[in-house]
Amino acid sequence: MISKITQFVSVGAVALGAMVGSVKAADDTVKVGVLHSLSGTMAISETSLRDVLLFTFDEINAKGGVLGKKIEPVVVDGASNWPLFAEKAKQLLEQDKVAVTFGCWTSVSRKSVLPVYEKNNGLLFYPVQYEGQEESQNVCYTAEAVNQQATPAIDYLLKQGFTKFYLIGTDYVYPQTTNLVLLEYLLSKGVPIENIGGGFKKDDSGKIISAGKYTPFGHTDYQQIVAEIKQFSAGGKTAVVSTLNGDTNVPFFKEYAASGLTAETVPVVSFSIAEDEFRGLPAKQLVGQLGCWTYFQSIKSEENKTFVKAFKKWIKTTTVPGIVKEGRVVDSPMVLSYDGVYLWKAAVEKAGSFDVDKVRAAWKSGLSFDGPGGKVTTQPNMHLTKNVFIGESKADGQFKILEEFKDVYGEPWLLGKFKK
Amino acid sequence: MSSLSTRHKAELIAVGLIALFFIVIFPLLNAHGLVSDFTINLWGKYLCYALLAISVDLLWGYTGLLSLGQALFFSLGGYMMGMYLMRMIGDLGQYHKPIPDFLVFLGWTELPKFWKPFDSFPFAFSLILLLPGLLALVFGFLAFRSRIKGVYFSILTQALTYGASLMFFRNDMLMGGNNGFTDFKFILGHDLRQPATQRGLFIVTAVVLLLVYASLRLLSHTKFGLVQRAIRDGENRVLFSGYATAHFKLFIFVVAALIASIGGALYVPQVGIINPSEMTPDKSLEAVVWCAVGGRGTLVGPILGAIGVNSLKSWASRAAPDYWLVILGGLFVVVVLLLPGGIVSIPARLKAFAQRFRRPPEVAAVAAAPAPTPVVSESKPSV
Repeated sequence: MISKITQFVSVGAVALGAMVGSVKAADDTVKVGVLHSLSGTMAISETSLRDVLLFTFDEINAKGGVLGKKIEPVVVDGASNWPLFAEKAKQLLEQDKVAVTFGCWTSVSRKSVLPVYEKNNGLLFYPVQYEGQEESQNVCYTAEAVNQQATPAIDYLLKQGFTKFYLIGTDYVYPQTTNLVLLEYLLSKGVPIENIGGGFKKDDSGKIISAGKYTPFGHTDYQQIVAEIKQFSAGGKTAVVSTLNGDTNVPFFKEYAASGLTAETVPVVSFSIAEDEFRGLPAKQLVGQLGCWTYFQSIKSEENKTFVKAFKKWIKTTTVPGIVKEGRVVDSPMVLSYDGVYLWKAAVEKAGSFDVDKVRAAWKSGLSFDGPGGKVTTQPNMHLTKNVFIGESKADGQFKILEEFKDVYGEPWLLGKFKK
Repeated sequence: MSSLSTRHKAELIAVGLIALFFIVIFPLLNAHGLVSDFTINLWGKYLCYALLAISVDLLWGYTGLLSLGQALFFSLGGYMMGMYLMRMIGDLGQYHKPIPDFLVFLGWTELPKFWKPFDSFPFAFSLILLLPGLLALVFGFLAFRSRIKGVYFSILTQALTYGASLMFFRNDMLMGGNNGFTDFKFILGHDLRQPATQRGLFIVTAVVLLLVYASLRLLSHTKFGLVQRAIRDGENRVLFSGYATAHFKLFIFVVAALIASIGGALYVPQVGIINPSEMTPDKSLEAVVWCAVGGRGTLVGPILGAIGVNSLKSWASRAAPDYWLVILGGLFVVVVLLLPGGIVSIPARLKAFAQRFRRPPEVAAVAAAPAPTPVVSESKPSV
């Protein structure tokens, strides 16, 4: 009997214990949230963003902080678990009362936290290339919009004389939307529809609702698809436009190499492989393939050299637990996180306040920052104007820059924009 | 007999007090600003997980069927509720179209036929019960008729939920694909962003959990409950005693699916998202872990486990974002190695431990007492 009662009492005790507890911020600091996956499938990409954010905070704090206040990071783990992302966002906004959050990688994590930021009027800085079709007043999209990555890549390929394009991606929102935009874009540039490969899906009225070939997350068997690409590439200068995500790239490129296709004959331009992803890929097999981002580590500017050097030094000396010290590189999502922190700082300083409404107004007024990838400027539509680079991958996992597009305006609403 | 009834009374009082706390006091504290909206929302989520854990325990702890597919039923309930919530967004989505956002991005201009009835809450509610119920009935019928049990049953249920998650990941399924459903605005005309709505959902969840607890408590004390446990301990014996064990198992399987599904339906409006990663096998495994940590084969155990493990997770992924998996993993290892009965067995263990050291003479005295003899002598004449 006693044990039964104590069981119930312990339920209550666990309950009460967990309910208590919130931390108060000191007056000379400002709390800033870092909401990335430090465990689970996305950890391989997202921990690098946590690292670069902590580095940036240290850099800013060493120079006196923001409005005289030191940045106090509140790091939480979204654990690649989308409902947990929403919970952590609530925790950051409602309990820790952070002034701003830097976070999210996948579209689904952003979609999961978006209602939380809108409800609490919080501010989220989102740094990873995405599908657009969104313009929340509570998100600062430092990320590449489709017209800052995919369409410039097509422009480059058209200029190089490519006439046929095969679209392939992982089956989720970003590739699906990007490829629909690319279809419209290619048609508007006069590429005939039979020169666009991967297949189409039409609705009852015959309207195309999906373009390109899609494989699920974690797909491993690309034999048939690569054979199809090979067949498609006969009789015309062909490029593959890939929005394949994460580790599916390994079997895809293995099969691609096995079938005898090469970067010289049929190059693949990938939108999800940057320097950081090369750490987990067989870089040698990917030599000569194309990438398109708003930053490459190989950019030869003073700002970039200083940034890369400072980050590598910080990595070596930091005592933050869980940071990988070997073979570190930087890439576009990392630099866009870095730029984001400085743009937030500029907006706060212009507004003279951490108040979200005032910071947003300052953002919309158009602020600039000379980042490692060149000048970035904030736009009234919550996106960024930035430079776009096309690069060719090298055996050391770096990119050789082939082409640069200056000051590309970030445009999130692209579906239906390009007409024949 | 008298000791049993005092025991029941004590349990009744304890359950009543805890229920009173969760259903009345806790929400009142929240209404007066003493408990934050974040906290009550978080606890609403834990209680939904507790429903899922109970459904696992009903099968595993009480019937000996380790189902690794309970997250499927949980998610199906969530999806049915999600479809209703998606319809309630109206044209307030990102695209300001009268159909859900993900359909707009997939190129749809009209609502697909199977989506149409979800404008009605009664329809969605009936499907929350019917769809998982029917699926469990059909799957259970096939599995139990073929006398699939043990590890094979676990693998099959795991395959079922894995298959379903792959299906839901596909955009063609028109169920939101990888992103699932999110950005909900209203439920039954109430704004989900209002603390009062979240408080209401919390109270409903707590009441449902109480009802589930009470009914399962009653069920476990009936003859049905006895047969159920007998199946767990020796199915062949029960079978040879003339019971159609398959029918019993089927009934329990369906009941467990319904509990999980209701939990999922309550989970979605409180958490604000449902997507296929909720039905991957590891989510089911997590629920099994909650049961094991709390103590399987009891009704309090899974509730304690779900709340305990998840609040630890909430706390640790903020306080120690780099180590929290190690902390949780360590806890599971400790429980499996040192505490096979889970958290609920701690008081009994402590008591046994204390008795061993503190009162050996008394124990010896009890053992030496001639108490049983009168009973024997009394019964003797009647033989």
